[in-house]
Amino acid sequence: MPRILGVDLPNDKPTHISLRYIYGIGPTTSLRLCEEAKVDPQRRARDLSDDEISRIAGILDREFTVEGPLRRQIQQNIARLREISSYRGSRHRRGLPVRGQRTKTNARTRKGPRKTVAGKKGVKDK
Amino acid sequence: MSRSQKKGPYVDERLYQKIEKSRKSGNREPIKTWSRDCTIIPDFVGINFLVHTGNKFAKVYISEEMVGHKLGEFAPTRTFKGHSGRSKAAPAK
Repeated sequence: MPRILGVDLPNDKPTHISLRYIYGIGPTTSLRLCEEAKVDPQRRARDLSDDEISRIAGILDREFTVEGPLRRQIQQNIARLREISSYRGSRHRRGLPVRGQRTKTNARTRKGPRKTVAGKKGVKDK
Repeated sequence: MSRSQKKGPYVDERLYQKIEKSRKSGNREPIKTWSRDCTIIPDFVGINFLVHTGNKFAKVYISEEMVGHKLGEFAPTRTFKGHSGRSKAAPAK
């Protein structure tokens, strides 16, 4: 199994699919990578030569932020929003949706599993 | 959808004039404003604003990192005091 950037082990899938196992590489960048490295995107990842792998790794190094550095960048962006006490920052802090979605219902991705409150019926009694 | 690049950032004209004026006069007094939708441009750095929240005015001191955001982002319009009957208070700010 080829190894790119230390930790990633894509498998027996076509190259352009395997590359997407790298954090920060999606369908578009994956195809672009193949093109730039002159690798057939349909060839299986296991058939990649060392030379091709190092070409791909080189392009990744030069042109893209992936894996650790990308994760760090995202965290920094969020930390910045928190620090300047912006609305978006406070939403991150509270674990609520950041982009203006409704929270009366849904928003479960951000809020996590439902926390049922005892004695509360469907209609709010005020 | 984000704003068209060719228009440049939206800055409230009258607010901008106010800033110019306060700068010339060296007045450090906070500037009261209702235009929450005004983009913060580098000229605003170091100015104190009082941004309307629909009820009161929130004090907002503009730091360099706030450039590119809008004034309203720093003046929350809602007060959430937590749900009733929940012993554990909502985490502060």
